Order: sequence, then C-alpha cells, then structure tokens
Amino acid sequence: MEEQRTNRNHFVRVGVIWLGATLVLEAGLFFWLGPNMPPFQASAQASEQANTNTLLTGLAIPVMLLVWVFVVYSIVVFRRKGEGDGPTIRGHYRTQVAWVVSSAVIVLFLAGYGSYVLMISAYGVGGGQGSDPAAVPAGQTMEVQVIAQEWGFTYRYPTFGGVETQQLVLPVGQLIELHVTSLDVIHSFWAYEIGVKADANPGQDNIAFAKPAEVAPFQIRCAELCGVWHGYMFGTGQVVSQSDFATWIATQQSANAPATAQLPPYAHVYLPVPAQVRGG
Amino acid sequence: MQRPAWRRLIGFNLLGGLVLAGVGFVLGWLLGTLISNLAGAHATDAGAANWFIDQSDENDIALLLAYTFGLVGWLGGLGFLNYPLARIAGRPPSVPPEDTGTGMGRYFRMNTNHKVVGIQYLVVVLALFFIGGLNAMLIRAELLQPTPWLWQPDRYLTLVGLHGTMMLMIMSAGVLGPFGNYLVPIMVGSRGMAFPRIESLSFWLTPAAGVVLLSTLFLGGYQTGWTGYAPLADQSRLGMDAYLVAFTLIGLSMVLVGINLITTIVNMRAPGMTWTRLPIFCWGVLSTGILMVLSPLTFAAALFMVALDRTSATNFFISAVGGSPYLYENLFWFFGHPEVYILALPGFGIVLELMTVFARKPLFGYRLAVAAMLGVAILSFMVWQHHLFVSGINATLRPFYMLTTELISIPTGFVFLVAIGTLWRGRIQLAVPMLFCLAFLFNFLIGGVSGVFVSDVPSDVSLHGSYFVLAHFHYTIMGGLVFAFFGGIYYWFPKMTGYLLNDRLAKVHFWGMFLGFNGTFLPLFAAGLLDMPRRVITYNVNLQGLNDFASISAFVLGLSMLVFLVNFVYSWVVTRVPAVGNLWGSRSVEWMLPSPPPVTTWEASPVFVSGPYEYGVAGAPAMANLAGQERNP
Amino acid sequence: MPVRMRVTLVFAGALVAIAVTVAYLVGYLAVAPPEVQGTSGADAQLTLQTVAAISSGDRPDWVSYLVKDPSGQWIHSTIWKVPANSVIKVTIYQFDTASKLRNPFWAQPLGIVPSSFMVNGTALDSIPSDTASHTFAIPELGVSVPLQGIADDAKNPCVSAPCDTATDHETITFSFRTGAPGKYRWQCFVPCGAGFIFGNGGPMSTIGFMGGFLLVV
Repeated sequence: MEEQRTNRNHFVRVGVIWLGATLVLEAGLFFWLGPNMPPFQASAQASEQANTNTLLTGLAIPVMLLVWVFVVYSIVVFRRKGEGDGPTIRGHYRTQVAWVVSSAVIVLFLAGYGSYVLMISAYGVGGGQGSDPAAVPAGQTMEVQVIAQEWGFTYRYPTFGGVETQQLVLPVGQLIELHVTSLDVIHSFWAYEIGVKADANPGQDNIAFAKPAEVAPFQIRCAELCGVWHGYMFGTGQVVSQSDFATWIATQQSANAPATAQLPPYAHVYLPVPAQVRGG
Repeated sequence: MQRPAWRRLIGFNLLGGLVLAGVGFVLGWLLGTLISNLAGAHATDAGAANWFIDQSDENDIALLLAYTFGLVGWLGGLGFLNYPLARIAGRPPSVPPEDTGTGMGRYFRMNTNHKVVGIQYLVVVLALFFIGGLNAMLIRAELLQPTPWLWQPDRYLTLVGLHGTMMLMIMSAGVLGPFGNYLVPIMVGSRGMAFPRIESLSFWLTPAAGVVLLSTLFLGGYQTGWTGYAPLADQSRLGMDAYLVAFTLIGLSMVLVGINLITTIVNMRAPGMTWTRLPIFCWGVLSTGILMVLSPLTFAAALFMVALDRTSATNFFISAVGGSPYLYENLFWFFGHPEVYILALPGFGIVLELMTVFARKPLFGYRLAVAAMLGVAILSFMVWQHHLFVSGINATLRPFYMLTTELISIPTGFVFLVAIGTLWRGRIQLAVPMLFCLAFLFNFLIGGVSGVFVSDVPSDVSLHGSYFVLAHFHYTIMGGLVFAFFGGIYYWFPKMTGYLLNDRLAKVHFWGMFLGFNGTFLPLFAAGLLDMPRRVITYNVNLQGLNDFASISAFVLGLSMLVFLVNFVYSWVVTRVPAVGNLWGSRSVEWMLPSPPPVTTWEASPVFVSGPYEYGVAGAPAMANLAGQERNP
Repeated sequence: MPVRMRVTLVFAGALVAIAVTVAYLVGYLAVAPPEVQGTSGADAQLTLQTVAAISSGDRPDWVSYLVKDPSGQWIHSTIWKVPANSVIKVTIYQFDTASKLRNPFWAQPLGIVPSSFMVNGTALDSIPSDTASHTFAIPELGVSVPLQGIADDAKNPCVSAPCDTATDHETITFSFRTGAPGKYRWQCFVPCGAGFIFGNGGPMSTIGFMGGFLLVV
C-alpha cells in the first residue's frame, strides 16, 4: 500500500514537471520560434517547410521532455544509498502497450500528414520530383531550366527565346516550374528562401515547383558534393516584380545574343557526345 | 631453449605480412603497368581515342592490382594461407583451432584466441579512431573562418572524406570487434568463436583497410566524401582507388564478423543459456550481425563497378554512354542505411546491458528490447531511398519511404522505454560507465527526434544535404555509439586487461566529451536550418558565430579525447593497478571470472542456471555453474 | 617487461605519433601553390599563359595556367594577388589547342569592363564554342572570358612550359573590375582535364593548374 502510494507520488511529480516544462517550451515555440522558423515564408513551398518544422518541433517537445524528465528525475531521486538492489520490475504490460500504441499513432499521423502536404497541398513542397512529377499544381507555370556543371549554375528561359543567363531572376507571384539537370556529375540545386531543392543529375530532368511570394533576394547553393569547388558553387537569385522581370529578361536577351545563337536547342537534358565524355 | 631475438621475428607474423605485402604491391604495380602498356591504355596522348580504357596519366589498373597483390601478400605473410594450402596439399593443418600462446608476440600474428583478437581490435580501432578524430579537428579548424584560410579546397575535401570514411569504417567494427569478439563467447559460455581463423582474418583485414585508406594521401586524395558518389568517383584521381579498396576490405571484414558472431550466438551457447537468458548485449550483437552479413556485399559490388568504370571504361554510372548515376546511389544506400544501424544497435546493447548493473534492477521489458533491435534491423533494409528524396528518382514512392522511415522510430522508441523503466525506482550509481550510458540517452534522443525531421519530406526538402543532417547523424553515431563505446571501455577494460583506469581522469574525459560534443553539434543544427550545406569550405558570414562556437567546442572534445588516451595508455602500461573481483557488482558471467580471464576461459563448459539480470531477487543463484558438472536443473 | 622499458616504449610511440601527425600536416595538408603578386605596373597588368602541359613537377602532362610575376618571371601558381576596387588589365597568352565548351554559354565574354575583349588585337563579342581551349572565370564577380585554341595543325607549337611567344599562340586581352577585398576563386569552364571522366578531374580539380584564387587586397 505504502509503496504504491510513493510510486504514485513519483509519477505525479514527474507529470507536473513534464507538463510545466512542456507548456513553457510550447509557448516559446508558439510565440517566438514558430513565427521565425527557417526557411521562413518567402514562397509557398518554404512556408510549408517552415510550418512542418514548427509542427514537428511542437510534437518533439513533449516527447523529448517525457524521456528527459523521467531520466533526470530518476537520477536525482533514485540514487543508490548504501547497499541493496532495486525492486524486481521486469516490465509493466499496460505501460508497454500504451507506449507502443501512442508511438504508433504519432508516427502514422506524421507519415499521413507529411504525405498529404507532399502530394496534395504543396505540389511536392519544392523538392525535385523527377521528369514525371506526381504532384502537379494547377494553373499556368513558367518554365526555367537550371543547368548545373562543375562548378556553377546557369539558367535557361525557354519561353524567352531559350536565353541562358548567369543569374536566376524570377517574377513574384508566378508559379515556376524548375527543370534541373547537370552536364557532368551530380549536383543539387538549393534555392534556400524559395524552398527548392532538387538534385541535378546528368542525363536526367528533375522538376520542382515554387511560387515566390516576396520581392527579395534568395541564396542559391549546391547541396551535393560535386568536387573541388563544391563550396564555391553558390550565388544569389532575385525575386522581382513582373515588370522588372520583363525589363531584365529583355536586357538578357540582347546582351547574351551571341551565346544564345550558339546554344543547342532547348531540351530537358543535355549530354556530352560520347567522344567528349573523357574530356580533353 | 630460446632462439635469438632476430630469429624469432622471422615467420608468419606482422613483419612477414608487411614484407610480403610490399613485395605483392610492387609485383602488382609492375603487372598492371605491363597490362596497360600492352593494351595501349596508359597513353597520355589525349587524341588517341580508345574508349575502352581510361587514358588519364594515372594508371588505375596498376594501382588496383598492386593493392590486390599486396593484400594477398599481407594475408600470406600473416599465415592465413597455411591452412587452406595445407589442406589442398593433403597435409594436416598447422593452425591450432584455439591459440593458447602467451607473451607479447601473440598480438602480432594470426591468433585464433578470441581474447587476443578482442585486444588486437581494441588497440587498432582506437588508433584509427584517433586518426579520424584528428581529421575532424582539422576540419573544424578550417571552418573557424567562412572562407578558406588553412587548407586548399582540394585538400580540405580529402580531409572531409578521410574523416567520414575512417569513422564509418572503423566504428562499424568499433563495438563488435573488441567487445563482440572478446565478450560474446564468454557471455554465451563458449570457449571461443565458431570460426576462429575467420575471426582472426576479419581482424587483420581492418588495419590493412586503414593503411590502404591512408595511402590516398600519397595518391592525390579523393574529393567525394565517404559516400563516394559516382560519377564524381569515376572522375577522381588515383586516391579514389584507395577508398574503393579500403571500403571493400572493411565490407569483407564486416561480413566475416557478422557470420562469426551470429553462428557463435546461435550454436555455441552453453547448456542453460536459453534465448531469454541471453544478455541483451548479445542481442544487440546478433541483430547487428544480421545487418553486417546482408548489407556490405551490395556495396562491395558497387565499389567493384566503380573500379571497372575507372579502369576499363565500363560506364556503369555515366549517363552519356548508357549508365545511370542513380544506380550507384541506390546500391550505396542499400548498404549505407543498414550501415548506420550497424553503428547504432551495438550501442543499444551496451547501454541497456550496463544500465541494469548501475540501476541494480532487471531489464524492464526484456522482450521489448529484443523486439526493438530486431525490428530496427529488419526495417533498416526498407528505407534507403529516404536519402534520395530530392534526387528525382521515382517521386511517387516518397510517401512509402517516409512511412517506413518513420516506422523505425517505433522500435527505437522501445529502447527509451526499456531504459526509463530500468532506471525507474532503481538504486542508481553514477559510476563512469553509467555516465556514458545516460549521456547516450540524452544524445541519442536528440539524434532520433531530429531523424524524424529529416524523414518527413516537406522538412527534408530544406534540410537534405545540410548541416542539420550532419548534426543529426553525429548525434546518433558520435553521441550514441561512440558514447556507448567509451562506456563499454570503462566498464570492460579492467576485465579485458586486468588493470583499472584512473577514475578522476575518466570523469574529466566524460564531462569534456559530453559538453564538447553537445557544444559542437547543437549549433550545427541551427547552421543547417539557416542554409549551410555539408562539405563546404565556405559558408555565409552570418553563420560564423555558430561555426566558431562549434569549432571551439570541438577542440574541447578533442582535448577530452587526449585525456582518455593518456588515461588508457598510462593505466595499461605504467601504473597497472590490478582490477580485483567483481568491480561493478555485475551478475553477468564474465565478472565471475578473474580479470583478465585465463587464456582458456573454462576447461569444462559452464552451465547457466539463472538469467543475467536477477537484481533484487532474493536467493537468486549465480548466473552460471562454472564447475561444469551439473546439468541444467 | 620492466617499467622503465614500458615507459620508454610509450614515449617513443607518442613521439612517432606526433612526428607522423606533423608530417601529415606539413607534407600533405599545408601544401599549396605559392601566393604570387599578379599585377604589375601602375595600370594593374595581369599577364597569364595557358599551356597544354606544364612539363615539370610531379604532373608534367597536366594542362595549366602560369602567371608572370612583377620581375617578369613565369611562375607556376594559380593564387594571385591583385588590388581591390580597381580595373585589372589582363593579357592571356594561350598556347593550347581547342577542346570544346560543354556549355556554349561560356563562348561570350561576361562581366568584363565593356568592349575590351580582344583576340589577337581584334574586338569580338564571342568565339565559336568548339574553338575554345579554356576559359578564365571568376563566378563571384560574374567574370567569364573564353580563350580560343590554336589550330590543331599549328606549325610551331610550344613544346615546353613556360612557353615563348615566338611559338604559336593566341593573345586575349580584357579588363575587369575587382570589388571589395577578399578571396575569390577562379576556374576554367572547358572540360580540359584529358583522360578524366567529363574532363573535370586531374588538373581541373587540383589547385595550381586550372583553378585557384584571386587574393583581392
């Protein structure tokens, strides 16, 4: 009887500490971290990524605190004094079942919710979907090709005469269909603020969708080790207004005309001819 | 009658292995040069279009043959060919099934005593672990600045690749090598491993792999990181071949270790060692063994294909001529993901094993713990494409891999329930091994929960390939396995060597390592969330604060490792305080033996009459009857 | 084994470990091409040459850049110091035969101070992409200039670097503006590492041959 009551007291204390700590941290998440969660809100895709990060953090807080509070409480309260062993508890059927069921519920919820966001609500959340995307947004998209090579990205606008540019500039509010490919090894195109990451594979077309929501610059980095200058394969892209975009693309078309004339016809993949595979 | 010292050096031992390895290397190199000259391969004239053979000015054929012949020489010099050759010749085998030699010499030759192999492994694993760790320090030193300031980018990438490859290679054997070989036969009541010669072979492949990998420094290094992605690996210089050979050797070693430990646990158990009395550490070893047998050969095949691409222009991975870069990614991660559980499960085993001793309680939910390990082992084969979420390969399968990946957190979660349940209302002693176990719980929880972030595709699109992933897997491998590994060393070192480690230095090591480790990798989660890709030598200036904090913490971590090293060497070699009796009050059978156990552990098979975790059971008998006379009651 | 011998062995082992570590640091990691003062004269002249084979060192077959230091010596290095916030006048003597651009986009000069791209004294707005032998590109500054190759059947090709302008070559001149002080990488975008897959291994992947740093000070 006495033992049961102490045991229950221990559980109550752990529960109170856990609840208190959880409420404090969840409040911090809700009021401070959540609204500032990377990768921020500069595009519909980045927003979904940030929101998922927030959701997962919100779920992680009580789970992690549960383990830590139990462990720390045990360390503090159940220290060995003198000799003697602990009670022979070999398991507790209901606890074990409850643990299995609750972890399964959380996991299945996360997988279901993640799949919903991925396939239905956010068109692949900015991730590369291959040449035949499963989650395709409705509405007019603007196609932009990302060409990775060792060690730099260039961009091609098929609807503007197939002009190729050194800089990526996108009109705000426009749904963009990025076609990512590589001319040599595997790279990964990561446009951080607009929430796009898609591997650039040689001979493969990798499509990702993004809808920039703010007129602002964004970071571009290569996210797959691609050789000596991997760390230098970065740049800054721009999201601009529709009219600024029209001006910019017209400038590019005239300035890059000499190169455009020499480019191969626009295609989703470009492969070196076999005789060029070994370079030289 | 003792022969003179120099005469004793000649024979089948380390020296013979080194000499014949050198001879083999030179022979292989000459043969490879001959072959490529005959084939017109080693043409430096770029105009000579021979698409079947690589024609850079570097001769991969010669190097790969040199490594192969060198390996044969190494094993022959160590005496591994004596037994098969004797059998082929119809002579009686000359290698004893159990080596009962004593003295220092036994550690420098092929030895079929599992306790000798355990010690050999412990020393080599630690040596290579410290080499990998030194590289980590040099990486963090470079990242004190957002632009290159210490090393050139090509050297830096070799540094990154060496750190990753060395750690992954060595820590796969980190627990199963020393502790698996040494303790599992004792724990199950056997006199040795099922296949003693294979046991020794699996060990001697390990230093060979380490040396081959380090030889990359003389061959221009390799710029692919530990993943060795093709086609970048096809493009790399000669140093890439060192990676290919080294990882193949470790893969073979892993398969051999796995087969050996599985067979030992399944077949060599003494009377009374039922499946439910099997120490949980052995379950961890068993489930790791399953992964070790099934996964590395796929990878060895992939490495062989890269080697063919590099020598014979087979173009498996070159899409312009019919290959596919996805092929390598799939083959690699089909090994690579089980590999990361090879780096986690032994840690679970050690931590749960030790926790019962220091909480003075039976394991809470023994069957759940077993289910956790086997469940993780099985599920780990079904998740590999979560490394390719943004690669563009079969995007419709992503929800499936998201589900299987997140399902792994269910059995992983069992481990935490078992640990909490074991601690709850125990009589907890904060001895040094227990500190490491508790730190494991703290770190591995962060590692596990951050794993849920990267398994969720919407989050992973942002986090993939970033420092968030880097921090995540360092929390599981370094914060998990390596903490468990050091816990195991502090716990079993006195048993294995017969000498105590200094407790005060051990505590300094623990706190330095715990604080240094968390100080290093917690900020790196933030760096990854804020746009820092992996393996870069440059980063955004606004991340310098986070990186500097991480680097300085890493140096604290490194210093704590030096404290350990001093303690380890000094206690073993200089102070030599004998470890007497059952140091930790454990019920497990290895603590019923003297420290270190005799060369032949037991003359007669022990009989197990009780489980290993009967703490607090009044009148529970000792775990085993060592007289070996009684049958199972 | 007596205590003294064991202790000696430990210290010997520690010394060997430290020696090997230092050798690793100094002999492998810290090896780098020398930093060379790239520009000379009041008008910040940077003079370079590209050769088909460097002819010396441990990789004599590799294609490489060389730089002329202020004393007029050709130095095999790709780490050059140039002044900040100034216009750098570049002259490149190109002695290699044509390869081909993987991406013809780089066939035009980009990011240079306008209309100063001269090939053998003639102003051009681009070159045919399959006549390119190398490029000189500083991506962070947006600079990229194609370097035309000499004819495959050139009568008097250079045989040994550093090459003499008496042998067949193309002369490319242009100017670009450096920005704030910093460490900028430059590289070649022609896959010219012969024999390595995609032509981007070997000299293309090793600092000191087809890529390096511009130390803007």
